[in-house]
Amino acid sequence: MQAFEAIVIGSSAGGLHALKTLIKRLKPGFDIPIIIAQHLSPHSENYLAHFLDQLNTIKVKEADEREKILTGHAYIAPPNFHLLIENDRTFSLTVEEKVNYARPSIDILFETAAEVFREKLIGIILTGANHDGANGIRKIRLFGGLTIAQNPGSAESDTMPKAAIQTGGILKTMELEEIADFLNSLLS
Amino acid sequence: MTDSVYPERDDSIQQLEMELLLEAVFRQYGYDFRNYNKAHVKRRLVNRMQQLNLESLSELQHKILHHPQVLAMVLKDLSINVTEMYRDPAFYLGIRKEVIPILRTYPFLRIWHAGCATGEEVYSLAILLKEEGLYDRSQIYATDFNTEVLETAKKGIYPVSKIKAYTLNYQDAGGKNSFSDFYTARYDAALFNPELKKNIVFAEHNLVTDSVFAETHLIICRNVLIYFNRTLQNKVLELFKDSLIKGGFLGLGSKENIMFSTVQDQFLITNPNEKIFQKKIL
Repeated sequence: MQAFEAIVIGSSAGGLHALKTLIKRLKPGFDIPIIIAQHLSPHSENYLAHFLDQLNTIKVKEADEREKILTGHAYIAPPNFHLLIENDRTFSLTVEEKVNYARPSIDILFETAAEVFREKLIGIILTGANHDGANGIRKIRLFGGLTIAQNPGSAESDTMPKAAIQTGGILKTMELEEIADFLNSLLS
Repeated sequence: MTDSVYPERDDSIQQLEMELLLEAVFRQYGYDFRNYNKAHVKRRLVNRMQQLNLESLSELQHKILHHPQVLAMVLKDLSINVTEMYRDPAFYLGIRKEVIPILRTYPFLRIWHAGCATGEEVYSLAILLKEEGLYDRSQIYATDFNTEVLETAKKGIYPVSKIKAYTLNYQDAGGKNSFSDFYTARYDAALFNPELKKNIVFAEHNLVTDSVFAETHLIICRNVLIYFNRTLQNKVLELFKDSLIKGGFLGLGSKENIMFSTVQDQFLITNPNEKIFQKKIL
């Protein structure tokens, strides 16, 4: 069985609640690094990282430039920056143009993560009202990674998971709780 | 992007092609992107390659070497020109409250805005200095490696559509007047008061390859270091340290820091949130 080395998650409208449900359900000691691009207002402070950090043993923080990706951590893309993964498994940040009207762009995170983690990457698309992340999902599949979409039927906003599914690159469509249980099952 | 059955093979070849392309750009034209963070550079180059309908980065390299207009496109791709007036208003508030009172004690001020792109933040600073009564004894050097963006900066004309957001930023940054005092709107363009340019010198300067600039009291360089690897970050921070007078100030972007750099011990932290530092007097 392939050992996954990182999980990337993209979420937008309704994402706060979805991320909370997902992360809260992860088992204590869950150690695969999680990297999240959630669309936020450019002026929001690091409230999201703080909020998600309370939920369990996973240490949630905003990603810093040149920071090394560590197990047992979850990282949030800082508002108004794109988050990229470098070959040496560190983060870099950019302020280039918005992609899909978004900064951070889920596509940029997913595409750069796919090139680094290849088949050892899990990409997850949650609720959202735009098409960001669809190209990223295709690229993760191209490199042999595992791709999951939240069930659009129960997502707060179904556009983003639907767009990801329409690329043909999604392997599993699941409820939030099922996604968490699946991730937990990878640990043992 | 085009799908491939062999992404892995293509990917390692592309990595090699990118390194050769950057080497070629440096050797032929002197622009050195070899110590930029790779993920970003690769994305930009691959985008350009696709827009020009080229098959590989090697083909792009050929175009760059033989067609200067392609070099110009790539330079634009690799220089980040996303900026706004009073971007991160709290930074300018920090400058106003914590740096200006000390700058006020000098009879003459030299200020270097490095990586000024299209100039929005240079005019922001000029307005701030005017409001604080320091403009007339200041000399501002606004530099960028990209001459095309400098031309825009020199004009000081920005889209009217952005003025509303800039006005809010100006107010959040502690602006003391009505923002409309500083520009004239005509059709869809806002021309900033040419008086603001009187003490600004716009000049080409490359942080990666050029040397110490001037004996400055304040250096502002925001969201430039995030594109560099640690080696290059250290080199540029050393350059800033050497360009500042003792007690001079350095203002970086909100996600940039001197922590863990080679100049860490030579600066005091003036404002940790807004990344404003002061060179120690020793």
